[in-house]
This record gives sequence, structure tokens and C-alpha cells, in this order.
Amino acid sequence: MLEIDGLSVELGAATLLHNVSTRIDRGEWVALVGPNGAGKTTLLRAIAGLVDYHGEIRIDGRRAPHRRPRATARAVAYVPQQPQLPPTMTVTDYVLLGRSAHHRPLGNPTRRDRRVAAAVLARLELASFAHRPLGQLSGGEAQRAVLARSLAQEAPLLVLDEPTSSLDLGHGQLVLELTDSLRRQHGLTVLSALHDLTLAAQYAERLIVLSHGHAVLEGSPADVLDAVTINGVFDASVEVLTGRSGLVVAPMRPHRVPGSEHSASRPGERLEALR
Amino acid sequence: MDHTLRHRRVGLLEPELQDDRVGPGLRLFDDGDGTEPEPEVHPTRLRVVHVALGIVFLLAAMLASLLTGPAHLAPGAVLAQVASRIPLLGVHSQLPASDIAVIWQLRMPSIVLGSLVGSMLAVAGASYQGVFHNPLADPYLLGVASGAGLGATIAVVELPRLASWPVDPLPLAAFVGAVVAVVATFALGRSGRGTRTASSLILAGVAVGAFFTAAQTFLQQRNTPVLQEVYSWILGSLSTAGWGSVELVLPYVAVAAVVLVACRGLLDALSVGDDEATSVGVKADRVRLVVVTAATLGTAAAVAVSGLIGFVGIIVPHTIRLLVGPSYRRILPLSLLFGAGFLVFANLIATTVLSPGEIPIGVVTAFLGAPFFLIVLRQSRRFS
Repeated sequence: MLEIDGLSVELGAATLLHNVSTRIDRGEWVALVGPNGAGKTTLLRAIAGLVDYHGEIRIDGRRAPHRRPRATARAVAYVPQQPQLPPTMTVTDYVLLGRSAHHRPLGNPTRRDRRVAAAVLARLELASFAHRPLGQLSGGEAQRAVLARSLAQEAPLLVLDEPTSSLDLGHGQLVLELTDSLRRQHGLTVLSALHDLTLAAQYAERLIVLSHGHAVLEGSPADVLDAVTINGVFDASVEVLTGRSGLVVAPMRPHRVPGSEHSASRPGERLEALR
Repeated sequence: MDHTLRHRRVGLLEPELQDDRVGPGLRLFDDGDGTEPEPEVHPTRLRVVHVALGIVFLLAAMLASLLTGPAHLAPGAVLAQVASRIPLLGVHSQLPASDIAVIWQLRMPSIVLGSLVGSMLAVAGASYQGVFHNPLADPYLLGVASGAGLGATIAVVELPRLASWPVDPLPLAAFVGAVVAVVATFALGRSGRGTRTASSLILAGVAVGAFFTAAQTFLQQRNTPVLQEVYSWILGSLSTAGWGSVELVLPYVAVAAVVLVACRGLLDALSVGDDEATSVGVKADRVRLVVVTAATLGTAAAVAVSGLIGFVGIIVPHTIRLLVGPSYRRILPLSLLFGAGFLVFANLIATTVLSPGEIPIGVVTAFLGAPFFLIVLRQSRRFS
């Protein structure tokens, strides 16, 4: 469904993505994992047509339309990590923005656009909020409104950048469950960046591990997630447990204590670097 | 290794997703057969009652201005004279020629010009606020005012030499100055990465504005006798307007208004930011270019004939926003009507309060505008 071939993204002198290639089948859920700055967001933005790239992106065998937002919007629905929600815009108007590529550029939403919006609002249990301003929604409701807008695009590929990052555990789970049921019901293909490895392992069928702009590993969660790999990619000490619904990646305090003689303890070093 | 930039090769060799057809079809929701009930979804739309109020407001302003003025004409006689010009009504008027001239050569042109300039400034202000996500943006944001000011100053300084021109050089110079300033802002308003963002354009506008204002001040200091004339132009006036000014400004205002009102839905889309607007299919940078071009040309033409009338572009759109909500589908069309009515009323106050003297209309709009500004600020704090 989605084929990426030799994708590179440069920003000035910096190369953010090096020669990334992968393919994703229809109906599959693939998660991008990797440390901050690994290139997850850049890869998602390239697929959404928001950055220039070298190489090739194909959707259903056809080259992805680049620099043509209307065509892209019908193929890819993109949800950024921190969507901008104009506080006084109503939920209905916001969801109808997702139909922009379907009605005439200068025209009003058509009857079908409104039907789709109504169906999406009902499906995501937002109908009673339809005329509320976005600024009056709770975090979980707002994330559902964002999902509703992207779903209204009726694009076969849903690209989510850290959909749970601003939500608490329960609401995060709710959004992922909702995404999964939409995927199963409508045959959506989902590509998401997820930094929570446990959630990635439990929801995605396949993981792509990015590090410093390279796709370093790809495979099922069981293939990819082990303590040694995670330590190598994230500089993190973890243990990987097998829970009832999949793998659980649990953080573990490193054996070497920062500040001791061997304070080359890598997590500590990373924190310093981040500061 | 193929490392050509992707977008340069689009459409040369391989089939592409077609822009005008529905993409690689995913119909999440069935189409129905057209007989099902109207969907229970109500997007924000322009409401008839708002438009009707706008029309009433404008007509009231026009009527009041038509019937009031330094020359004391009987209201009934004025109305009869206007009605006599409308075919098929069969009304006859017996006013002396001098009174007829007051109505048709003084009052009417300034009413029509006030409507055109007021609607242009209001709709341009609303559009600027939309594309720059900035509630304090006004039509002069990108240097129109300082450019027009410099142009007008040059024209006034050089006036003795330009007196033989077939056209009045002042509006022409003001128009050219305004356009030059905004083109300079656009040329300079690229950030380091080569993109024009809302903030890089605003900052470039500040720089260009400061430069043009400095040039204008320098010219004025060197030519102090023209200070008075330049100053009175800057404060703005509609009272010397003849039909010539109306003819000059009408095409620009008409085209700009049509373009801006047509873009009202796109301005709503821009409110989620450039990236997200692009991801739902709206070319944010292109919309911004089209809207700013239309708003600027219209504003430059309005400024050229009326001087720098401040605050209309801020007061009117914000009042409308407070009353009918944030959607540009409502704000832009209503700005046309209420902007026109507001400036016609302001001109009425400017020409009657100290009659037979006249207050510059820019003073009246600012006098109403400054207190209003504080109200807007209080409101916007509520949303932050």
C-alpha cells in the first residue's frame, strides 16, 4: 500500500533521513520507534507531503503526489504531534476542514461532505459536542476531534505522530483502541510514531526502528524489542517482559550510578547532552 | 543513485494521483441514494439576518449623510431630487441648480467613496488578521501606509513641477508608493530557509515601514512649507471627493472584495496553521499570497484617494468577530457592509460636529477606535 524507496531528507547541511526504504501493506499498523531526533517526525512529514525529499514514495503503486496538497490530502491523513486547535472554532467546522480536498477549493462543504462529517462525529461519539468550541473540550475529546478531522479526509493511509503524547494513560489507550477499531472496520492503514515501546509493541504489527536518520531495524515487536537492542538504540536500561496482551518494556535503573567513578553511565550522559 | 528532487519530476514519466478526482478511493462512509434525510451537521454559514442588519446599517448611514451637511437643504426636497433621478418613479424635483450640485457633486460622491473605502479597509483588515493569525493586524501592516505616505510626500514636494499633468499626481504617487513598499516587504520577508512565514513577513513589514517613514520625514524636513499639506493628506478626508476618485478606486475595490470574499473558507482553514492546512489540502502559502495581493492593491487604491484612515480595518472586523464568531465565512462579507456603513457615519461626524469646519476623518475613526481597542484587548485576553 505504501512503498518507500531510498528516502532521504536534507535540511540545509544536515541530513535528517538517510536512504530509508520500507513497505507497508493495506490494513497494517506499523509503528516508528526511536529516540528523540531520530527522524520519526521527518519521515511522517515527508509521507504527508510537507517536506521535500529525494527518493520515492508510492501509494497503491502510484507515485505520491508531492507539492499538490489536495491530491495528497485524499491519500494521506496526517495528524501532527501537537495539532493546532483554534479555541473558538466549532467541532463541526473543524471536522469539515478534513473535507477541504473533497469540495471545490473556494466552495462550501457539499451535502456528502456534511454526511461524512456527521458519520465521523457519530462514530467517534462527538455528536453531542458538534457545536462546542474546540477550546472547551477536554484533552481526550480534543484528540478525538483531531482524529475525526483526519478520518473525514477518507484517506486510506492514516499517519499519526505521537498520538498519545499529550494524553494520560487511559485516554491514550482509548485513542489507540479507537484507531485500531477504525483500522479493522474500514481497512485503514496506520503508520504512527510512538515513543512508548510497550504501546508500540501491543498495537503495531510491525516496528521500524529509526536511529540518527537511519532505519536500523524492522520486524515484529518480538523480533525487534529486546533489552540489548533497546539499550543500543535508546541508551536506556530496560527489561522486556511478556505480558498477557504482548510485550511490556519496563524501565530499569542502570547498574552504574551517575556521579560514581564510572559515570560514563550512558543514560546520565544522555540527560546531560539534552540539557 | 537517483537523487533528483522529487517535485521537479512530477508527472513526467509515471502515472500520478490525479488532482481532480477522488484519490485512491477509500469511502469510509456510504454515499446513500440521495433520499436520506439532510445530515444533522450545521457548519458555520453567513446568516441572512446578519446581512440584512448590515444593509440596514449602511442604508441608514447613507441616508443620514445625504440629508445632513453645511448647506441646509430640506430633507423632503433632497429625497425628491434623488427619487427624480430614478426612472419610472415619475417624481419631479424643483430644486435650484446649486442645491442639485450640492447633492450630486458633493454629498453623493463622498457617500459612495466612503462606502468603498470603508468596506475595502474593513475587509482587508479582516483578511490580514486571517492570514497572519494576528488580531492586531491591519491593512497597513506590510508597509502600505508608509509607502503611500512617502509617495504622497514626493508628489506634494514636486507638485509645482507636476501641475501640468493631465491626472492628479498625488493619488497616483501614493498608490505607487504603497505598492512598492509591499513588494519590498514580500521580497525581503523570506526567512533564512527561504520560506515566507507570517512572522517573517510582519517583521519585514516593520523594517520597510520604518525605512519609508524615515525617508518621508527626511523629505518633509527639507521642505517644511509642504508639511501642512502632507499632514492633512495623512489624516485622510472624503470631503473633497468627486466622482473622479470614485471611478479611480472602484475597480480595485470591486476586484479585491470579490477575491477576498471568495477566499473566506480558505482563511478558516489557515487558522489551524500552515502545516495542517496543507495536510488537509489547502496551499497555505499560495492563499496567503493571493489574499495579501488583493488586500494590498485594494488598500493602496483606497489610501490613494482618501489618505490614511486608521482603525477601520481593526475596529470593524473585531466588532463583527465578537458578535458573530470567528468564522471568516461570516466576518469577510459582513466587514464589507459594516465597514462601508461605519466610514460613512464617521464622515458624517467629521463634517458636521464642527460645521462649517471639518475634523479629519482619521481623527474620528481613531477617536472611536482607541477606546474600542482596549475592549478588544480585554476580550482577546479572555481567549488566551
